[in-house]
Amino acid sequence: MTELNIFMQHNAIVDLIDGMSLVLKKRLTERQIEEPAVIGIHTGGGWVAKHVHRHLDCTDALGLLDISFYRDDFTRIGVNPQVKPSRIDFEVEGRDIILVDDVIQSGRTIRAAMNEIFDFGRPNSITLVCLIERGGRQIPVQPDVIGLRPPLQPNEHIRLNGPDPLSLEISRSRTPRASGNGQ
Amino acid sequence: MNVSIVNGRIIDPASGTDLHTDLHIHAQQVVAIGKPPESFQAHETIDAEGQIVCPGLVDISASLREPGFTAKGSLASETQAAAKGGITTLICTPDTSPVIDSPAVIEFIHRTARKLRRARVLTAAALTQDLEGQQLSNMATLRAAGCVGLTNVRHPLSNTLVERRALEYAATFGITVMLSPEDRHLRAGGCVHEGAVATRLGLPGIPSAAETVAVARDLALAEHTGARIHFRTLSTAGSARMLKEAQAAQLLVSADVAAHQLHLTENDVEDFDANCHVSPPLRTLTDRDALRQALADGTIGAICSDHQPHEPDAKEAPFPETATGISGLESLLALTLRLVDEGLLSLSDAIARVTCGPADLLGLPYGRIGVGTPADICIFDPEICWTLDAAEMLSEGHNTPFHGWDFQGAVTHTLFNGRLVYRR
Amino acid sequence: MAGKRHQNFQLNEQGGLRHFLTIDGLSRELLTRILDTAESFAALPGRPVKKVPALRGRVITNLFFENSTRTRTTFELAAKRLSADVLNFNVSTSATSKGETLLDTLRNIEAMHSEMFVVRHNQSGAAHFIARHAAPGVSVINAGDGRHAHPTQAMLDMFTIRKHKGEFTPLRVAIVGDILHSRVARSQILALNTLGVTEVRVVGPHTLIPTDARAMGVHVYHDLDQGLRDVDVVIMLRLQRERMAGALLPSEEEYFRLYGLTNERLAVAKPDAIVMHPGPMNRGVEMESEVADGPRSVILQQVSYGIAVRMAVMSMCMQTYEAGGEGA
Repeated sequence: MTELNIFMQHNAIVDLIDGMSLVLKKRLTERQIEEPAVIGIHTGGGWVAKHVHRHLDCTDALGLLDISFYRDDFTRIGVNPQVKPSRIDFEVEGRDIILVDDVIQSGRTIRAAMNEIFDFGRPNSITLVCLIERGGRQIPVQPDVIGLRPPLQPNEHIRLNGPDPLSLEISRSRTPRASGNGQ
Repeated sequence: MNVSIVNGRIIDPASGTDLHTDLHIHAQQVVAIGKPPESFQAHETIDAEGQIVCPGLVDISASLREPGFTAKGSLASETQAAAKGGITTLICTPDTSPVIDSPAVIEFIHRTARKLRRARVLTAAALTQDLEGQQLSNMATLRAAGCVGLTNVRHPLSNTLVERRALEYAATFGITVMLSPEDRHLRAGGCVHEGAVATRLGLPGIPSAAETVAVARDLALAEHTGARIHFRTLSTAGSARMLKEAQAAQLLVSADVAAHQLHLTENDVEDFDANCHVSPPLRTLTDRDALRQALADGTIGAICSDHQPHEPDAKEAPFPETATGISGLESLLALTLRLVDEGLLSLSDAIARVTCGPADLLGLPYGRIGVGTPADICIFDPEICWTLDAAEMLSEGHNTPFHGWDFQGAVTHTLFNGRLVYRR
Repeated sequence: MAGKRHQNFQLNEQGGLRHFLTIDGLSRELLTRILDTAESFAALPGRPVKKVPALRGRVITNLFFENSTRTRTTFELAAKRLSADVLNFNVSTSATSKGETLLDTLRNIEAMHSEMFVVRHNQSGAAHFIARHAAPGVSVINAGDGRHAHPTQAMLDMFTIRKHKGEFTPLRVAIVGDILHSRVARSQILALNTLGVTEVRVVGPHTLIPTDARAMGVHVYHDLDQGLRDVDVVIMLRLQRERMAGALLPSEEEYFRLYGLTNERLAVAKPDAIVMHPGPMNRGVEMESEVADGPRSVILQQVSYGIAVRMAVMSMCMQTYEAGGEGA
């Protein structure tokens, strides 16, 4: 049994991403990163990445990763029926990557994404940007830039809907849900 | 031992009897129908209230596997299975090892079956030596030893000339030759009916023409030689039609059909079910319906089980590599009664097709009930509903596509020569 | 009446693919999903690391009772690109020729804990037989059984068609040659009809078109020009030499004259029609070199898509659903 609650609407979310992007730009300047390339993780991360990509004004096209085949629970869960091909049209070798996802929880998705990126080539650095950070980490992975850190109970689950309009939704289940979606 | 069967409905198609009355047995024979003879004391009384009392079934074609194929079956196991199926007379095929082409083998089988006392086992001896299809067997000697017919089973004869000579020679002694009509070249490599299912499953097919070409040839030779021929297990509408025409032209030709051919079609092979791998193959609905019609109008005079028990391994392989045949003794009556349920035959005619029908085709005095006949009796309850469970079959072979089928009508008692050989 | 085993024998309780034995009985949605999944793998050759870790630690066994270096190699490559370990059993040279039954061979290999078998056998129904006897949790992929089916080949052909034509619905497809003996053709016909093409045609002499072919949902042509008129896709099948010996055809020369694909004959098809061949091809028998090497031929692409499609099928089949596990 779940209850739904729209927690944030489109305009507020876009503002949030704008704010993140400003912080990100400062971080990049501090690290002297001049030509970053942006990669978003399907599906929600891709929507957020699109805005970030626009802010950073990158010359390279936005990269998109589908991590289905890199999940550590692949043989239990199986192929995602909506699996899309990953697409990175630039050379990853030696680049400074901005990796973008919508929600980070256990950290497994990010680990899978990094494994996949390394199969494309050896990046110079990866900066992690997450719109929502919540507790429940099972892997030592921490984002560099966050949008929001809402206080959530174990039985509460947050999701980004989109792409237009974007909305953040919190659902509550009777029992605490394990991060079955590998966030 | 004196046995009385009381309160049953006695159906004997040979005499046209259909009466609610009693039957009395003494010294292996039926001694009275109706009132018992004077001073007759029954040692055992069977109450057949609500049940049908008919002649023990006569199965015109069954492979009993002994001697030689002990993994597949034995006279002991198969006669036990026959008894469960209400069958009291079996005509066994000569495809044993050694082949039934010598009096010694015939005597062995008779002797063994006699000791078992469960059913009467008669033999169809080999038409050619070792069933090789080349040299004629010692037909007269075999007949003297007691065979009731000659057949080359499904082994091909070398060529048409050999077939002609075999028919001519057999005609000398008036022995019926039982032929399995199939042109081996048209059949080559096939394992299912050549039709929509073979096409879909990519299985090599056997065209109907493989049978009808042979039927036409065999009929022409029968006419030419004057031989008495009987076609074993027909499978096509074309064959049924040709048979009817031949009978109308007064040729001495008869035929039987395997029980499964009256119920299953090529569609039952859809899943590569090896239990449906039979020879001749299951064909189309049109063929099935034509065979049913020929059975109903008497063109085809007998239903046989075409019993072929196999060990499990024989059916555990990719379809084309599996052995052909169904273990059919225990489903013969059930499948025959189904035809009554489906309105094809009257109860009496259906019983005739598995009793006096096959017996008369070979000139045998069995499959009938009358004063003085051997007390071979089948009692079945037409109301019992049961489901066939392959694991519970008494035959050594559990290879049947009818596993899980629901039937109405089950044998409750079988008597052979006046002795109870099966009780449910 | 006994219930017949349903076609869904290939599917698990969740409706996902467990075995891949035949196109027969699979839905349009499932076939489309296979093609979509293959898209993810088609781009792999462009990467430095051409693998994904999806099936790492899993063991896939190639169980080939019929020799085929080509097909076995593509399955092996597909398995390795999924990071699986591969065992190769070329059974034609080993145990079964010594009389060991198919079942015994299977049991011996299962004892080595392989979770997936890719099977090629010269008897129709062999893959079904193995799948029926496979231990729970073991998947079977049919790499070709007798004349019955070659579903992965059909899917890579569908992938190729989709790449070049986009939609299936408006297409007319002609399959030319020895349909009777072709497991590829049977699977292609089923796939094309399930994916909803406008028309499937088979073209060949009477001796090479199976009885009741129409029942599979095709139009039968014996004249190549009529059969190719206005088609969007031409699939040429391989002609085997044995057909002459079996009195099915008089000679390769006559076959080429009647059914061989030349540029001239191709002209009656649509101007943008593509030419396919499941291989290996007999130049000068099924088609002339100018067509095989010409601009309409997509034969080499078929080969490259073969790995992606097999990766898709393998990854979709290889699942061990744990009780109570959540879906993706």
